[in-house]
Amino acid sequence: MPTLEFGLDTFLPVTVDEAGLPIGGDQVIRNAVEEAVLAEAVGIDSFNIGEHYRTEFMDSAGHVVLAAIAGRTERIRLGTAVTVLSTQDPVRLYTDFATLDAVSNGRAQLIVGRGSLIDSFPLFGFDLADYEELFEEKLDLLVRLLRQQPVTWSGNFRSPLMDQFVSPPIPAGHIPTWVGVGGSPQSVIRAARFGLPLMLAIIGGRPERFAPYVELYKRALQQHGQSELPIGLHSLGFVAETDDEALKIQWPYYKEQFEWAARERGWRPPTYGQFLAEVDHGSMYVGSPETVAQRIAAVMRTLSLSRFDLHYAIGRIPHDRRMATVELYGREVIPRVRELLTAAPEPDDAAAVVGT
Amino acid sequence: MTSVASIELAEGVASTTRPEVDDLSLGIVGAGKFGTTLARAAVAAGYDVAISGSGPAGDIALTIDVLAAGTRAATTDEVVRHADIVVLAVPTHRFRELGSDLFAGKILIDATNYWEPVDGHDPELTAAPGGTSTIVQEHFPSARVVKSLNQLGYHQLQEHQRPKGAPDRIAIGAAGDDHLAVRQVMRLLDRLGFDPVDAGPLNNGLPLEPDGSPIATTYSADELSKLVTR
Ligand SMILES: NC(=O)c1ccc[n+]([C@@H]2O[C@H](COP(=O)([O-])OP(=O)(O)OC[C@H]3O[C@@H](n4cnc5c(N)ncnc54)[C@H](OP(=O)(O)O)[C@@H]3O)[C@@H](O)[C@H]2O)c1
Repeated sequence: MPTLEFGLDTFLPVTVDEAGLPIGGDQVIRNAVEEAVLAEAVGIDSFNIGEHYRTEFMDSAGHVVLAAIAGRTERIRLGTAVTVLSTQDPVRLYTDFATLDAVSNGRAQLIVGRGSLIDSFPLFGFDLADYEELFEEKLDLLVRLLRQQPVTWSGNFRSPLMDQFVSPPIPAGHIPTWVGVGGSPQSVIRAARFGLPLMLAIIGGRPERFAPYVELYKRALQQHGQSELPIGLHSLGFVAETDDEALKIQWPYYKEQFEWAARERGWRPPTYGQFLAEVDHGSMYVGSPETVAQRIAAVMRTLSLSRFDLHYAIGRIPHDRRMATVELYGREVIPRVRELLTAAPEPDDAAAVVGT
Repeated sequence: MTSVASIELAEGVASTTRPEVDDLSLGIVGAGKFGTTLARAAVAAGYDVAISGSGPAGDIALTIDVLAAGTRAATTDEVVRHADIVVLAVPTHRFRELGSDLFAGKILIDATNYWEPVDGHDPELTAAPGGTSTIVQEHFPSARVVKSLNQLGYHQLQEHQRPKGAPDRIAIGAAGDDHLAVRQVMRLLDRLGFDPVDAGPLNNGLPLEPDGSPIATTYSADELSKLVTR
């Protein structure tokens, strides 16, 4: 069985205090550092930060936050979920993460994607019409910088490079870089073509429906002469002591988050029934440690995943509740998922591997 | 106004004058999340489906083989030649790349949805008082545009297909100015496994535009009929 990796993902949402009032953005950022420090203490493998340019998320410069976390931790991997590569300069991204890799002693990692929201396009002066081309070109340059320097390269969206070394250098195989996809078959094939591991972002509907994408990825890897590569999943969730408590805490914040969007657009807000349906058989992992562990183990089996990232606590859930979720995920959910997954079909073998 | 029985009656009349209503060919332009899901659903419903992306057929061959077996990967021109009903399933911010006369005389199902955070600001689509399909019709004046199939997230399309008469069958609306075209689209919807609802003229498109929850709301035929006649 491949090494299993369990991560936490966050967009650094602006949360509320006990009185229900939003806290300052600077405090949100410091709280995230605390959440990551706790994540390491409870045995979580990685802490990954998104990239948005919106008033509700404080993750616009995640690498700076990751560097702060690096200074307070020793083992946990530090990554993104996801970096909107289309509107970044791959050279700058390389320097940021190679430096992070150095200060963290080899713990930097990336998930790169096209981004599902396009806030960064107007902000940095990019044209949405170039959505596809931008990602393809930038991924090409980033992969070259990571794999072999010096780089000689030219493209349409930045100045060419001629025998260019970019510092700091990184040891071979450092900064594992995954491609994040939301269900677009073209993106799945692209990940295979570049020989990069695949991170599925599933935020609605039954996760089994992604099985054909896993098959597509495997077939595309073969077609491009690549060896097998790991597949991961990013999904929303919230863990509390009991199922009831988890539902009770999460629902109002979930509702609030989607009601805002609904009001803005004149849409219908989500119902409790829809929320429950997602929790019961969609890809939302809300409940007690046992419930969440069973569901994570099931999806990892079904989709042959070796990585699972919990995007924890949807909406403005206060910091202390977020901390409680981090703690339960690390101390109870992850060990239980490992146990469920190593329980091989033959009971004899299972007894031997459990607990390793 | 919109029970399934009344549609069948109307079809009976129509088929004596328009033999092609029994044509089970379907074209899909756009082989992304939505296009491939629809292709799979249509093949399962007995359709002969051709689908295209923005490039040569070979670019999408593996995708189609794995995600929509039984569908023919083709170029966009071939897709248009293949069928009288063609589904527009390209990213909303890219439909203007397609030639104005590409779909001349064809029934063009506009399945695109406009959402600014994803598609960028488009002044014309933002301002469209009768829904975004009126803008699509303006761009393709020679096509018989019907707004349909856009209501559900792609995964819902897959999860909610039901045989006729199933108690939990959900509805999909079709709005258009060409009545024959709307009727043919309704027949397609029914075969795909949804209760078709006549949503009136094309500029009545707003009630069919999606809602904001990550799980788009689903409606029964009765609920949807009320919604579109409000
Ligand atoms: N996703 C959903 O759940 C959903 C539901 C209802 C409606 N819709 C609507 O359906 C449309 C497609 O959405 P999607 O999610 O499927 O997007 P997507 O995954 O990005 O796929 C878009 C497809 O369109 C192709 N394409 C782009 N430009 C083209 C052109 N000029 N000619 C032919 N093909 C072209 C792309 O091919 P290349 O890779 O070759 O460029 C790609 O196969 C959008 O308008 C969306 O609003 C989506």
